[in-house]
Amino acid sequence: MIDNKGRPNRLGVVGWLGGGRWGLERYLYALHRLTGLGLLAYFVLHIGVTASRAFGEASWTAAMGRVSGPLFKTGEFLVFAAFAFHALNGVRLALVELGFAIGKPIEPVYPYRTSVDEQRPLAIGVMVVAAILVIVGGFGFLE
Amino acid sequence: MRDQRLWTWHIGAGAVILVLLGLHMTIMHLDAIVRVFSPQPGEPIAWANVVARGRSAFFLVTYVLLLGAALFHGFYGLRNILFELNPGTPAKKALNGFLLVAGVALFAVGTWAAWAGFTVARGA
Repeated sequence: MIDNKGRPNRLGVVGWLGGGRWGLERYLYALHRLTGLGLLAYFVLHIGVTASRAFGEASWTAAMGRVSGPLFKTGEFLVFAAFAFHALNGVRLALVELGFAIGKPIEPVYPYRTSVDEQRPLAIGVMVVAAILVIVGGFGFLE
Repeated sequence: MRDQRLWTWHIGAGAVILVLLGLHMTIMHLDAIVRVFSPQPGEPIAWANVVARGRSAFFLVTYVLLLGAALFHGFYGLRNILFELNPGTPAKKALNGFLLVAGVALFAVGTWAAWAGFTVARGA
């Protein structure tokens, strides 16, 4: 990460959610970070819980019994939804970082156009795919 | 330059996670559609299915690969978020050290568990 060279991030974490007239992509950015932190927290716990299979069937069954029930099932669904969002939005970010889907450079002639307008269909498209995945995966949690 | 390299690894790790965690999520949560990796009756987390997958060297290798990629991606992302809050240089150094030690320790635990699980499944 590049240092800010004397222009500190004064808004801090509050700036993720408010601070200006931001477009859709800014809120996707905030949600990407929130889901990333949630997934990391879950992943650390997941390593501990799934390590129980190293001790055999009784240990595995007991561990799975401790993380069953409606509360954990709901939490697991939220993790699945967070993964679907984070993964698809991550694909969008990687594509944009590599220069795809942002349009070609153009002369700055009034009325000005921004590359954000070029990116918007990609943002909407990946969110639609993420929503479909969440709905299809969600049926598994209702069983 | 170092941060540019780490950022590139961060994106590369994300691509690895997309494929391997996508496979993991498909096995665990889209089992109504895809049952090929859960050959035994019951849920994908039923012991019989865990053993069936656990015997496979493919799953052993991909678990460890996913573990390493996810830990790097997650902890490097967390580091970036925390560094944006402008901690002082000593705090940055402490944070770097803590995240490195935590990441390596979790990787060691996860790799041991994957190997031990593989051994248990082969013996079952």
